Amino acid sequence: MNAGEAGEDEASRKELRPYKVYAIEEGVVIDHIPPKKACDVINVLGALEGDSIVTLGVNLDSKQMGKKDVVKIERKELSWEELMKIALIAPDASLNIIKGHKVVDKLKIKVPAMFEKVVRCPNPNCITRHEPVDTKFHTVSERPFRLRCHFCERVFEREEVSLI
Amino acid sequence: MGVVRKRQRLGSSKAVSSAVSSRIMHGKIPGKISSGLPSLSSRHLPSRPNYRNYKKTSKKTFRKNHHPDPAHQAHHPSYPNNVNFKGRSIISINDLTREEIIHVLETARKIEAMGEEKKRNLLAGHVLATLFFEPSTRTRMSFESSMKRLGGKTIGFVDPTTTSFAKGETLHDSIKMIENYVDVIAMRHPTEGAARVAAESTRKPVINGGDGANQHPTQTLLDLYTIKKTQGRLTGLNVAMVGDLKYGRTVHSLAIALSHFNCRLFFVAPESLKMPKTYLDMLAKKGIEFSEHEKIEEVIDNIDILYSTRIQKERFPDPTEYQKVKDIYILKRSMLGNVRENLKIMHPLPRVNEIHPDVDKTPYAYYFQQAANGIPVRQAVLSLVLGALK
Repeated sequence: MNAGEAGEDEASRKELRPYKVYAIEEGVVIDHIPPKKACDVINVLGALEGDSIVTLGVNLDSKQMGKKDVVKIERKELSWEELMKIALIAPDASLNIIKGHKVVDKLKIKVPAMFEKVVRCPNPNCITRHEPVDTKFHTVSERPFRLRCHFCERVFEREEVSLI
Repeated sequence: MGVVRKRQRLGSSKAVSSAVSSRIMHGKIPGKISSGLPSLSSRHLPSRPNYRNYKKTSKKTFRKNHHPDPAHQAHHPSYPNNVNFKGRSIISINDLTREEIIHVLETARKIEAMGEEKKRNLLAGHVLATLFFEPSTRTRMSFESSMKRLGGKTIGFVDPTTTSFAKGETLHDSIKMIENYVDVIAMRHPTEGAARVAAESTRKPVINGGDGANQHPTQTLLDLYTIKKTQGRLTGLNVAMVGDLKYGRTVHSLAIALSHFNCRLFFVAPESLKMPKTYLDMLAKKGIEFSEHEKIEEVIDNIDILYSTRIQKERFPDPTEYQKVKDIYILKRSMLGNVRENLKIMHPLPRVNEIHPDVDKTPYAYYFQQAANGIPVRQAVLSLVLGALK
């Protein structure tokens, strides 16, 4: 294959892309999700509960990440708690806000200094497991992603904690 | 937290975060926002250091880490200008700065030197609640004795089954009710984080007398007071911690506290009871020199403080694992032949067999005096949080 053919092939692939993934009129595209984590994002956002169109892309090629997942949700606005949940699953995710089939804004998730009411403490002897107390976790480091429980003060790897 | 624009535009990061907060709190996706986040490619995973014999980099790095930026110094200017404990809860040694620790120890020294007449009226008219949700001898009696010797009064319980907790009342509600009766609360609870919940439920100061395996800050402060008293200083000492370094909350807190004072730390423990990586990471980050050992003999001749701990049978899920390590460290008089003259042996007590009774009569044994130091330290904490002393 010569350079000209390769260029044409690339162009035709880009043209085809809109048909591969359903284009939404209004909503949000969550990009740069770590591979195979798209279902987790959909679940924490409860995206399947309504009748919105949800499009899922798994193991797509990415220049930045090698492989990535992408989720598109129609007619969706994200709340503070939902953003915190996305930050836990996909700290490098970016959000594309779609209006009238066009990307009107590109935003990037920022890991918060504190996660409130979104993470369950894995320590069975933590007070949050015994009393009706809202959980709080401080971000100790982003790489590796570590969180410290505000109450029992234990530090956990991201993989050790679960979402409420 | 929130989201920020990918391409940088105008606007400070502070303005960005407030804009993001205000907009997201209303459930709307922010529009024009900007920030200066580093690019993804500029981040990378740090490599794991080898902790077998970790060496600090330099004194310069240590100083840099202890005063990392001007903002930090502005928030905690030099002792004692900005140290104010009035109305403040003492929940975790992690909450105290170097200056605040020094201030508590200095206050304890002043109280010890204070005349009996002045002491007797220092906390007159104040009431302490001692809420002990699990059994304790030393801590509870030490708090009560400290308060009464300063002219204050104490009320409380030692058996929660006789209180409203047995009826299912939440800790938050109970503390809200108890705050009406007292000026300060000292509590022990078997659940980790209970003292923090109590402190956040009331306007009155709460002093943590132990919350499960988590924190016991007055024990750490009395350990530091003992070290200062016996060695004349806290900085630059060689300190060995021996025994159960995995589950022992006293050694975790002491290691954190000593990290403020550039001490050389030696951790002596069997493989199954080594100091958790979280604490080693923290020490390495602060530039503290430390090493891990399996035998007391490797370090005993080069240390100023030997901090022995009980191997806690109740922490072992498998009894055979406990049998393997229970008699691994028994300190005997015969091991003290070539130690430093100023060596002091400490233990949070109760001891089982970690220190042979024949060590008690040597000039190095200091564990009983250590327990006695709990009185001036707790008196200092009570006086400071009640505003009787500044």
